[in-house]
Amino acid sequence: MKKILAKAYIWVLLIVLYAPIVFIAVFSFTESRVLGSWQGFSFKLYENLFTGGMQGGISLISAVNNTLLIAGISAAVATLLGTVAAIGIFNLKGGKRKAITFLNNIPMINPDVITGVSLFLLFVFLGFSQGYTTVILAHITFCTPYVVLSVMPKLTQMNPNIYEAALDLGATPAQALRKVMIPELRPGMISGFILAFTMSLDDFAVTFFTRGSQGLETLSTYIYTDARKGGLTPELRPLMTIIFLVILVLLLVINLRKDNLNRKAVK
Amino acid sequence: MTDHIIEISHLSKSFGGKKVLEDINLYVRRGEFITLLGPSGCGKTTLLRQIAGFLQPDEGTIEMDGKDISGIPPHKRELNTVFQRYALFPHLDVYDNIAFGLKLKKVPQDEIDKRVRRVLKLVAMSDYEDRDVDTLSGGQQQRIAIARAIVNQPKILLLDEPLAALDLKMRKDMQIELKEMHRKLGITFIYVTHDQEEALTLSDTIVVMNEGRIQQIGTPVDIYNEPVNAFVADFIGESNILDGTMIRDKEVSFIGHDFKCVDTGFGENNPVDVVIRPEDIYFTDSDNKAQFTATVKSCIFKGVHYEMFVETELGYELMIQDYDAYPVGETVKLYIKPSDIQVMQKLRTANVFETEMSGDGTVSIFGEDFECKPELGISQGDAVTAEVAFDKVELLDHMEEGTLEGEVHFILYKGNHYHLTVKIGEGQFIYVDTQDIWDKGDLVGVSIAPKDIKLTKRDEKA
Repeated sequence: MKKILAKAYIWVLLIVLYAPIVFIAVFSFTESRVLGSWQGFSFKLYENLFTGGMQGGISLISAVNNTLLIAGISAAVATLLGTVAAIGIFNLKGGKRKAITFLNNIPMINPDVITGVSLFLLFVFLGFSQGYTTVILAHITFCTPYVVLSVMPKLTQMNPNIYEAALDLGATPAQALRKVMIPELRPGMISGFILAFTMSLDDFAVTFFTRGSQGLETLSTYIYTDARKGGLTPELRPLMTIIFLVILVLLLVINLRKDNLNRKAVK
Repeated sequence: MTDHIIEISHLSKSFGGKKVLEDINLYVRRGEFITLLGPSGCGKTTLLRQIAGFLQPDEGTIEMDGKDISGIPPHKRELNTVFQRYALFPHLDVYDNIAFGLKLKKVPQDEIDKRVRRVLKLVAMSDYEDRDVDTLSGGQQQRIAIARAIVNQPKILLLDEPLAALDLKMRKDMQIELKEMHRKLGITFIYVTHDQEEALTLSDTIVVMNEGRIQQIGTPVDIYNEPVNAFVADFIGESNILDGTMIRDKEVSFIGHDFKCVDTGFGENNPVDVVIRPEDIYFTDSDNKAQFTATVKSCIFKGVHYEMFVETELGYELMIQDYDAYPVGETVKLYIKPSDIQVMQKLRTANVFETEMSGDGTVSIFGEDFECKPELGISQGDAVTAEVAFDKVELLDHMEEGTLEGEVHFILYKGNHYHLTVKIGEGQFIYVDTQDIWDKGDLVGVSIAPKDIKLTKRDEKA
């Protein structure tokens, strides 16, 4: 009895967690305009999504493009900055290192709205015209700490002498970084990049406050506006399903990599 | 070209105000196997890292082949290092690890192939080229680390405790192989270790270091047979270290007896340290030969020999190693040959503090006020020399009860008492003779009775 209850609990939990997603995914395969009424199986919505043959199709596609572009650029820059920062923090001693690590953690706990508003105020104060640039800068800002967090463990695991060993064998500091440090840190950097990419993809609050008034839309702001205009465009259902699947695959990749690395470390 | 490949002069190094190396002067002969030996924290690794170029000296110079190399970064120095925990590159296989340096130097591929094969053969790892370094055992990784260094044909090979992570059997085998490699390659080896046996086995020259200073430089035989001070004697091998008095040249008194010895130049009636190696005390049946008698207190079989502790009639405890066992409780007759008695200058005979009077009845020692007997003509503010005999310093279990707080830093057994070095602060020590047993690292309170502080006024010279 106890066992059944325990099992049931897990299942209820999983259903509550995943029902909305499954619901959207299921209803992405019907043509109904209203969510909830099943009007037969169809790929029509997927077709519309990919051919742009729908109401507001062009702005949706451009929102998707914007989102990917912003996520790509911010994740790449954040990976670079975060890795360099992690190496710097790692080489600090005792108290300083703790302090900087703490400072690095704050932006991650800080509510997005506050990050968004404060960045908005900063950009206004600096007189930046808001648009692509400010959104990307903002995304880099909140993504970098995550990269630092994923690269740090790689540094602590690393044999502290291998950088010196490279120098000793005739590598310049730049060569030692490229040929020894980066390959060692790569798994952490890739995890950091994927994390930063999904964080950026996911973001609404910060984007909303920093995108300016030139009509720059990312997926999240587009959906928000769309929903307020009177009901969700039905083509968003297949889009969300696709995004969910992509994220799922990315997560699987990260976890499998981790498993592999751990297994290697155990050996 | 001089015979000295490395010449270090007046080298000093501090970390955060703490002197790690002080006035190091050392030369290394071309092709020799030299070992920097000392307990952890003695500065030996710091010295090695400065030769490699990972650290810059604060003062002094390091010359290689007569040229100052202080400003040259590590990647331009013609030497290679074998690191303590191998520091192999985990993302490269054995071949690429070894070829790393050659590829950077743009050596042609067929030449790289040839040289990698040659060193792999030298370290007996020929079939391992394609292996991942993670799949190798500790000993194998160590061989690859050595191969990776010597493939670059350095003038000097630096080795930082390369065998410390290996088990005993492996370590012994690798020692022999290292010695063999040194002979084959003919290059200079600078080796760092805290293992005295390893140093004695491998080296042409040993540099014994302690507390950032060189204690003694010499061949293994010199260092073992003629240690210059109690630290070296205690650190290298087993030894009986005793307080003695040099009566005159070639005659020394210790454990309450006078002995003939071969040492001269220590003056007359001067206090000295005497070292007797445990294998140099002999048993005898003849009353003529016997110099003193003792009772066997314990006897342990050590494989080749027996290790016995005996107590002389005057209460001095001595360690003796002999092939024959003598039963516990038996009274034995003993003698020591003159040439086996090693007499050493005492580093100090009492605690001497150059300080000043902090009040009319108090003297400042390491920043704390000690009460002392008021003395005529000495008053507050006067510069004085305070002298305290070793056995007049009292150690207390509880730090708070002492005037000063310290940590037991080094312990020397002197046959009938312990000579302790108590560390008060960075570079501040008080030396204590005591019958009580303390452990290294014990935190103690230090107090001194007022009557035991001898004051003499010092002339303040500007």
